[in-house]
Amino acid sequence: MSAPAPTTRPPAGPIRFSDVQLDEVRRLQALYPERQAALLPVLRMAQDTFGYVSLEVEVYVAELFELSPAHVHEVVTFYTLFFQRPVGRHVVSVCHNLSCSLRGAEDVVAYLEERLGVEAGETTADGRVTLLRVECLCACEAAPMMQVDDAYVGPLDRGTIDRVLEGLR
Amino acid sequence: MTEPVLSRNFDRPEARTLPGYRAGGGYEAFRKALALGPETIAAEVKKANLRGLGGAGFPTATKWGFIPPKRTGPVYLVVNADEGEPGTFKDRYILERDPHALIEGMLISAYAIGCHTSFIYIRGEYVEPWQVFSDAVQAAEAAGLVGANILGSGFEHRIIVHRGAGAYICGEETGLISSLEGKKGWPKVKPPFPAIKGAFGQPTVVNNVETLAAVPHIIARGGEWFAGLGSKTQGGTRLYSVSGHVSRPGVYEASVAITLRELIERAGGVANGRRLKAVVPGGSSAALLTADEIDVTMDVDGLRNAGTMAGSAGVVVMDETTCIPEALHVVARFYAHESCGQCTPCRECTGWIYKITGRILAGKGVPQDPDTIVDVARRGVGSTICAFYDGAIGPYISYVEKFRGEFDHHVRHGACDVRPAPAAGGRPLSPACRS
Repeated sequence: MSAPAPTTRPPAGPIRFSDVQLDEVRRLQALYPERQAALLPVLRMAQDTFGYVSLEVEVYVAELFELSPAHVHEVVTFYTLFFQRPVGRHVVSVCHNLSCSLRGAEDVVAYLEERLGVEAGETTADGRVTLLRVECLCACEAAPMMQVDDAYVGPLDRGTIDRVLEGLR
Repeated sequence: MTEPVLSRNFDRPEARTLPGYRAGGGYEAFRKALALGPETIAAEVKKANLRGLGGAGFPTATKWGFIPPKRTGPVYLVVNADEGEPGTFKDRYILERDPHALIEGMLISAYAIGCHTSFIYIRGEYVEPWQVFSDAVQAAEAAGLVGANILGSGFEHRIIVHRGAGAYICGEETGLISSLEGKKGWPKVKPPFPAIKGAFGQPTVVNNVETLAAVPHIIARGGEWFAGLGSKTQGGTRLYSVSGHVSRPGVYEASVAITLRELIERAGGVANGRRLKAVVPGGSSAALLTADEIDVTMDVDGLRNAGTMAGSAGVVVMDETTCIPEALHVVARFYAHESCGQCTPCRECTGWIYKITGRILAGKGVPQDPDTIVDVARRGVGSTICAFYDGAIGPYISYVEKFRGEFDHHVRHGACDVRPAPAAGGRPLSPACRS
């Protein structure tokens, strides 16, 4: 999968959480028997704040946990929901696993690629949408389906896809 | 059709709120459990023949029984809500449509094993289910059902909602624990089993969402009643996720003694008047059954005797237009992508089998390729830390052995003789098959 192209959503300003966010980091670290358990939630916060988890962000988060940046990098690269490069303002993830394939996931991917002018794994030139292929999202009753940012959408046909795309600014 | 148990609130939106859930008798089983005491709860769950509904089918009471009676530190309950087995979506229904049933099951089970802190690990993609469930936990806390001195019993319990970040392997219980601890989700070598040394080094029970959601019903109506709903060796009903080429894909609750044929009929049968070709009976890791093999009961032992597994009860139906080599390629792509890479046999075999299915579909297969898939699959069995690879070989071997002719045809002719032309409704299943 090729890297999404840089977009209009770069990290804003220096890599640093606000005081309110730092309080939340400390709350999360105290919530678990071991504070390292808060790493995934804090990385999610970091991604939501800075747009993606760059190497700089990894170093910053590592400092907050007194962990080695290598450990944080190992974690970030393990999970599909952490983006290591900028993504579009919206992320559209099409399930291409078995149940969705049986009901036309390849047609969905092909249609989205045509409409957006990108291939799966890429971001539109205007930074609006990153299109991804993903493994089973466990909504096979709605196959073929996709995740648009936080929401599951399906079953999909061209009309549904058109309406979803119109709503993405 | 049996009376709905696990799904009884699915079409009652009011049950998602605490007052609505209570109006249907909610949290009365927990109240009863507090009066019964831990040993009686465990005895009822044992009588109920409840077996884990996440995939492994392990008897729940036995799992609880592994917690050492004498210990110094805390015991943890970890709820596996990292639903990810392809073809499975029933835990999402519970999280979204009956969150308090899960909380009540967690409370009863935690009380039974002497646990005061539980963690629920919800897959990262499940945003709405996470929101609904988190709101339900907050409502339960506000009502004094979660927290200190619950209902004046002296029992204390808190629930920590934790979100995953996208990795199928975190549904494996020790991979989940690694992930919960803030690491990559690598499964751990067993022994020690989680019951002895689990989350944060403490004795831990990891139970699936649906398993725990069954517990309040068992306490409310008795273990014998629950056992009577199922087969001899597995009690209860369970939630079947039915998808693929059926008329009405969805979650269907049925006794574990239902046959696969009956279940497919309940989902409206094969769509578009086509004929059945094959069925995945228990999530993608279960061996494929052919159309002639669907008169099997869906309980753990029934499917095991049929050479496959009940797994997560994810039923994927394929009609006569399905090209099995293409379907295997899709499944092989999944296992290659999701292998965590820790054990060499799994990392290598999943990758190579995906490449072999790819070259078969690209018309570059060689005659020994189908045998190579089966041979490679078998060599890795039992040689890895977790059950991921042993699951992956279910499809590798069964797809090839049961539909060998289709693989040989692809190798010989470089083309498919099964999938109809696009004009006739034929659909490629992966980019390798777009041509």
